[in-house]
Amino acid sequence: MRDEQTPPPASMDRRDALKVMAAAAATASLADGLLPSVADAQQVVGPGGKAAPRPRTAAAPVPPKSGPRGTITDPDLLNAKATWPRLLTATELVTLAALCDMIIPADDTSPSASAVGVPAYINEYVSAPYDWAERALVRVRGGLTWLDVESGKRFTKRFIALTVAEKTQICDDICYSAKAKPEFVAAARFFDQIRDLTASGFYTTDAGMKDLQYIGNVPLAKWDGPPAAVLKHLGLV
Amino acid sequence: MVQASPKTQTNYDVIVVGSGAGGGMAAYQLAVAGLKVCVLEAGRSYDPVRETPMFKLPRQAPLLGAGTKHKPFGFFDATVDGGWDVPGEPYTNAPGTDFKWWRARMLGGRTNHWGRISLRMGEYDFKPKTRDGLGADWPLSYDDLAPYYDRTEMLIGVYGGDDNLENTPGSPAGVLQPAPAPRAPELLTKKHSAPLGIPVIPAHLAIMTQRQDADVLPKKIHPNNPLAQKVLAQSMRQRAACLWATPCGWGCSVKANFQSTTVLLPPAMMTGNVDIVPDAMVRELILDASGKATGVHYIDKTTRTDRQVKARVVVLAASACESARIMLNSKSPQFPNGVANSSGLVGKYLMDTVGAGIGGQIPALENLPPHNQDGASGMHMYVPWWQYKEQLAGKLGFARGYHIEFGGGRDMPGPGIFGGLENFTDGAYGKRFKQEARRYYGSFMYFSGRGEMIPNEDSYCEIDPTVVDQWGIPVLRFHWKWSEHETKQAAHMQKTFAEMIVAMGGKVQGTVQTDGAKAIANGGEIIHEVGTCRMGTDPKTSVLNQYCQSWDVKNLFVTDGSVFVSNADKNPTLSILALAWRTCDHILAEMQRGNI
Repeated sequence: MRDEQTPPPASMDRRDALKVMAAAAATASLADGLLPSVADAQQVVGPGGKAAPRPRTAAAPVPPKSGPRGTITDPDLLNAKATWPRLLTATELVTLAALCDMIIPADDTSPSASAVGVPAYINEYVSAPYDWAERALVRVRGGLTWLDVESGKRFTKRFIALTVAEKTQICDDICYSAKAKPEFVAAARFFDQIRDLTASGFYTTDAGMKDLQYIGNVPLAKWDGPPAAVLKHLGLV
Repeated sequence: MVQASPKTQTNYDVIVVGSGAGGGMAAYQLAVAGLKVCVLEAGRSYDPVRETPMFKLPRQAPLLGAGTKHKPFGFFDATVDGGWDVPGEPYTNAPGTDFKWWRARMLGGRTNHWGRISLRMGEYDFKPKTRDGLGADWPLSYDDLAPYYDRTEMLIGVYGGDDNLENTPGSPAGVLQPAPAPRAPELLTKKHSAPLGIPVIPAHLAIMTQRQDADVLPKKIHPNNPLAQKVLAQSMRQRAACLWATPCGWGCSVKANFQSTTVLLPPAMMTGNVDIVPDAMVRELILDASGKATGVHYIDKTTRTDRQVKARVVVLAASACESARIMLNSKSPQFPNGVANSSGLVGKYLMDTVGAGIGGQIPALENLPPHNQDGASGMHMYVPWWQYKEQLAGKLGFARGYHIEFGGGRDMPGPGIFGGLENFTDGAYGKRFKQEARRYYGSFMYFSGRGEMIPNEDSYCEIDPTVVDQWGIPVLRFHWKWSEHETKQAAHMQKTFAEMIVAMGGKVQGTVQTDGAKAIANGGEIIHEVGTCRMGTDPKTSVLNQYCQSWDVKNLFVTDGSVFVSNADKNPTLSILALAWRTCDHILAEMQRGNI
């Protein structure tokens, strides 16, 4: 439910929210036994079936045979888990974490990407059972190896052993594929993808949502529209 | 193999094939009228109260909830066993066609995840040929359907404003629920669109901004029907108003928005007149020697066996293409081209909605004071088509209009947030990236056009004679072609959206296409397929009469989108519901008259 690290929304007090949720829960449980009962095959007519009696009406609600079947097109939404095996090695993950933290380092507002598990998300992403993930895996693996090779050429060390200044020297060459020199374009595309994935992984955590000051996903008793300060900011008052 | 049930053999008054908008409405209306109804659903049973992932966060899903081919609208989307590719249930495309056929194999069908946009068709929309000479007219007028729109809106709960614009009808006082206050990006769009002559007005969505009055509405909706009043009041009392959080597309466990599974099927079941058979994939109609429908064959998916169920009346509501498929697959010496197809038009005049969009970055939305912008998850404001006069005067180069759906701003961060931010920041990374993210968060908007497609001879579905699905049922093969009316409209959309973005002081993202063929979505991608069994006044040029009754088989009716004669820019679900209700009234009248 409510993300504990999200700042309390300005337009609602917590007591109101609890009241709304309690009312909703009561409504839901009231309705629970009244959903469509699932008839089984008693109404089926065989071949040559003659005039038959009127159908039995649903006297007592039968518990619905509903619920997820746990297949890939019908997963359990309430207990979700990415079950596929993860493919990046421990060594690759360490290099990846160092790069993620060059993209999103800790600052006064929020922690670094690796501190909130971003490399694990990227591993989940590139290991997924889809064609696009296979392509991403090749790009990410190739990029991570390139980082170490390039670090070796420039500084005779692996990427993780570089100083921030040394890492910055490499990242500056690959941080924008549209303006990268030809010899860095492939690495820059890798960097673009890692930056997008790092941002996705980071800003969907509690810390990331708090950093952006996202407020929402909480039940409200009523909807008021934007507060006066917002309207003023937009020149709408 | 046909297998008899070991249990009691029974007959129903009505079989309803499908449980979405058209099937749910038919089941409800016929059940409250006292008929015994059997609903056959090709997917599994589904209970939104227990299954909706309310308030979940992206990080609680695989891949942060991003869409995949197995869950195209994201992991938490309500759709079960659905999408443009359903495992084991293929379809084919003729050479040169890339049509995408959406299915939702679950109780309630696509009403569980739909956009809830509920726009009435207007008077022009029923008589398009009379107005501009293209396509075909409907056999009914706006005034014929208006009372059903009124009652449908009261029944399901629709919010909206009181605007009453050209071909964009308002609803009578007391029918709609109050529209929610607009969000900041919506207000900004309204302000800057006004000088362009583009109206931004409250949208109509099937979401309740307040609880329904269960003491008053049922009596208004069902005068002189105590059973209907009783079950509807009970059902309305179980629905809560919107909580202003968590996406409608995931379903709603408190029943604040319209889903067949929360609004129509529960009161239908309360009558005791309805049996629902899930996992029942209907493949063929059964006819007697006189040409009347006596029932249907279906594959019980759980046992992979063929079964039958019988009734006095059959209502098809399996979705536009699936209903056409069932009819085309029901071949007999009497109906060599498929049942109810003496016109040869079953499967023909397939339409979707024209879709094109473009995004923009709006500096005015940067660094907004933090505030909750979730709202009703769907849009609070929209733009109805506004250039009827210019269009009729031939000034636009395409014949039909579109409406604009738009949004953006401080949405919940999800997968892909800040994708492409390097283009705004010259490749920022490090602490500067975090600063740029704070600045740009909430400043992106997206504008989508949803426009009318004119039916054409080259867009249709038929049976592929060489392919069957995993249930042994011959599959559909699609043919598709846009005309210049659609591609020019798509180009006009992008040009207009770019003007709106620029008027807001924003920067357009991506390329504004002058060739609409490069902007338009594929056929089927907007998931508004309609038109494969169209209504009409002449059995030679239509499949159904104005009550959606087959010209050829008097006790066969259709209540899904296949009955549409044209596909106005107004999203089809509300009209499917209203038409289904009108059809049910006709079924009851015909039964009373002893005609069926």
